Amino acid sequence: MNTGDEMLAASATYQEPLIRRVEVSASLAADTATAAEHEIKIATSHVSISYGEKVAVRDVSLEIQDRSIMALIGPSGSGKSTFLRCFNRMNDLIPSASVQGEVTLDGENVTDPDVSVVELRRRVGMVFQRPNPFPMSIYENVAYGPRRRGLNDRRKLEELVETSLRRAALWDEVKDDLRRKSGLALSGGQQQRLCIARVLATEPEVILMDEPASALDPVSTLRIEELMRELREAYTIVIVTHNMQQAARVSDVTAFFTMAEDRAGYLVEVGPTGQIFTRPNERLTEDYISGRFG
Amino acid sequence: MAQLTSANRMAGLRAAPSFAERIDLPQRVVFLAAASMIGIVILLLGFITWQGLQLFLKDGVPVTQVLSTTWQPDSTSPDVTFGLLPFIAGTVFVTAVALLISTPLSVGLALFLSEVAPRWARAIVQPALEIFVGIPSVVWGWLGITILVPFLSDTFHHDFVLSLPVVGEVFRAPGFLTGFSWLAGSLVLSIMVLPTITSVSFDAFRAIPQELRTGSLALGTTRWQTIRHILIPAALPGVLTAVVLGMTRAAGEALAVQMVIGNSPMMPQAISQPVTTLTSQITLDMGNTVFGEPWQDALWTMSLVLLIISITSVVLVRVINKRRMAS
Repeated sequence: MNTGDEMLAASATYQEPLIRRVEVSASLAADTATAAEHEIKIATSHVSISYGEKVAVRDVSLEIQDRSIMALIGPSGSGKSTFLRCFNRMNDLIPSASVQGEVTLDGENVTDPDVSVVELRRRVGMVFQRPNPFPMSIYENVAYGPRRRGLNDRRKLEELVETSLRRAALWDEVKDDLRRKSGLALSGGQQQRLCIARVLATEPEVILMDEPASALDPVSTLRIEELMRELREAYTIVIVTHNMQQAARVSDVTAFFTMAEDRAGYLVEVGPTGQIFTRPNERLTEDYISGRFG
Repeated sequence: MAQLTSANRMAGLRAAPSFAERIDLPQRVVFLAAASMIGIVILLLGFITWQGLQLFLKDGVPVTQVLSTTWQPDSTSPDVTFGLLPFIAGTVFVTAVALLISTPLSVGLALFLSEVAPRWARAIVQPALEIFVGIPSVVWGWLGITILVPFLSDTFHHDFVLSLPVVGEVFRAPGFLTGFSWLAGSLVLSIMVLPTITSVSFDAFRAIPQELRTGSLALGTTRWQTIRHILIPAALPGVLTAVVLGMTRAAGEALAVQMVIGNSPMMPQAISQPVTTLTSQITLDMGNTVFGEPWQDALWTMSLVLLIISITSVVLVRVINKRRMAS
């Protein structure tokens, strides 16, 4: 077992491959990298997800650029959240769920059964709709992920907790009782920023956000949105939202999902956010963003 | 109904309440039931306390004697002594070992059912546990006598076991030849309290919000790390409650224990020895005593000790749960 320091140092400079097929994935990554100004961070190809017999998402192919914010919008039941969860394989937790097609992170197929789900989820963090801090102190909440990876050095942990809380714009509000105050004693907006800090502490590359502000008041929502714009400098962010203004304010690229006749979700169109909200190509998109349905 | 309201409206709000409204029969019946329940409990507590104190008040037995280790209750013997310590120690030690065996098994089983087992396995194990609870204690005792006691006797009186350094010493202690022992009592009890501890712990694990599990797993932790660092701490008050409930059940169990424990009123020294407990001594002796004689008063004092044990555990459960609510 490596010590935590070594692991942390290693992760900063070199990303361990998820599977041992480096040659294949490296060439794949090289192919896709030339296509865009930024590198492609995540790509899905013909992804379908079903729960037992019921198809929830059908045949979605899209690409998400590194250090950008992609918003997934669409009516309830259009499979946005389900789709989001295939990026860090949270669908694995539902026994009846099955995923077809390919999801790649830096060119590596993450749906491969050989992939280390633990390593994948460390690289692809997730923030949930309802803030879910652990019933422990603020400090322990943030230190939880790094500790589980074996980081026990007190100084390094303190440093990591502070930077994570600073990046999540929560440090100034909690620095005086980090160890005394329970994460549950914070307000809803603070709890959600704590959850973001908790994810940042595991040093991910991608952050998935599943309606992160839907349980928050407008002021807290605005803070989360500002935070997302700042985090975009260093992370790739994918956000599911019901709030179209939020998608318009915050994202670089917007993907619009809706339901087919058989209630399976599918991708209608994806494009730069400005274009989707002003000149969408599809009639369905226009109807949705102008509030005619959904 | 419509007529009634229109009649009321005509009479205005000052209309006299109807007979049914004034009496409110259901409320009175419920109140009476609750009051008599409380009354019965208070009377019982009072009676047992009063009877339990007779040994000191009427018979003049000093507390120091009650806390001694000699049990010589027969009034025909020259030195009558009512030392209850062997029974109290027996109950405490037999219960403690039973919980030491049962708690890890039960909590493990609860974790398996709640976190690992597929739905069909849960559908089998849960009813099985309920059947477990329903098996009468005399059946457990009977199984203990016919299977466990001979098994212990055969196994631990094997030359190989007896030749082992420490273990051999323990099982060479006098009295174990038959297999009736502290160990037999604790083993039978541990099986009897297993379903209680398991089902209460299981509820504690199920009560943990799913978001905590997904939150932890999404940070790239393993299932075991999530169990160890999130679920067990969160369920700890519930698990402690489960253990206390199991303890109450074990300390209060009479029949099954009495059947396998050997009933020797000596201070427990080795797990291989026959010992006795408060409950088993009461069931053994109560037929041989006359109401009002010191021997029977001593049995009442033992009942009082049992009562104090169970009240303590009820208070303990309350304190644990209050803390859980607070946090």
